[in-house]
Amino acid sequence: MSAHDHAGDDHAHGGAAHGSLKGYLIGFFLSVILTAIPFWMVMTGAIDNKQATAVIVMAFAVVQIVVHMIFFLHMNPASEGGWSMLALIFTVVLVVIVLSGSLWVMYHLNANMMPGLHEMQQMP
Amino acid sequence: MASTAITADTAAVFHLEEEHAHAEGGSTMLGFWLYLMSDCLIFAMLFAAFGVLGGNYAAGPAPKDLFDLGLVAVNTTMLLLSSITYGFAMLTMDKGRVGATQGWLAVTMLFGLAFLSIELSEFAHMIHEGATPQRSAFLSSFFTLVGTHGLHVTFGIVWMVTLMVQVARHGLIEANRRRLMCLSMFWHFLDVVWIGVFTFVYLMGTLR
Repeated sequence: MSAHDHAGDDHAHGGAAHGSLKGYLIGFFLSVILTAIPFWMVMTGAIDNKQATAVIVMAFAVVQIVVHMIFFLHMNPASEGGWSMLALIFTVVLVVIVLSGSLWVMYHLNANMMPGLHEMQQMP
Repeated sequence: MASTAITADTAAVFHLEEEHAHAEGGSTMLGFWLYLMSDCLIFAMLFAAFGVLGGNYAAGPAPKDLFDLGLVAVNTTMLLLSSITYGFAMLTMDKGRVGATQGWLAVTMLFGLAFLSIELSEFAHMIHEGATPQRSAFLSSFFTLVGTHGLHVTFGIVWMVTLMVQVARHGLIEANRRRLMCLSMFWHFLDVVWIGVFTFVYLMGTLR
């Protein structure tokens, strides 16, 4: 029974564990850097290529979301016996399906189904 | 006949033999996390709608004409600062210092209010220029997505005031600590959603 008791103990203290001053400050400074660079890139047009800028900005956002999850939301595989991580993974899978699916389908719908005004005038 | 013999022998038990006691609120954190994940799905739908409709200007104003990235940067700073000050509130709560916790909560609330007032003035400016939600599909999806986030922040501030009153009346009791931890998750989660908003809506919109 000692293993069980220990698990119960962990559970009770699991909710109370939230970061240290150092963790919050690291997260904050990383976030400032990860926010400032994309804004600077878009506002000054540091890179001439818009596509490349967009990809870099998206990459910074993904990294910053991970930083927030770790340093501010204190996500780790062990919290709540792994259930919060499992719920997060499930949600991320749904979000990726919803976003990529919607954008993909609607992009092709637009590309295939809507002739522009110019094309319509050329039709017999 | 063989199968009945087996079940009789092993008598498989599929439930816990004894119910173990849970402390009150022991599963609140996980439950609240699940709520946040469902909230995340709401935002995913709104992001998807904006992604699909964000380019349909109906010959109206485009993001480039409407967005003031300098203002958005200030707004982002406000929310980021409120995140770190809420973190400080949690750290002082751990040490059991009521006054300091209340102080940091108040600072967080002020940053939240600053964020909201900047956002509302931005909305007012856009509507004044004729960029109303009815103008185009882009603006409808923009106001729905950013407005829903703003509404979340508003309710977060209402919740924060409520908890400050609770802490003032009852101190940092176990229940109040639990509530403050839930609000902490809610508040940081809103900051995570805002990362998506400023990247996907404001920065990418300006690039478009």
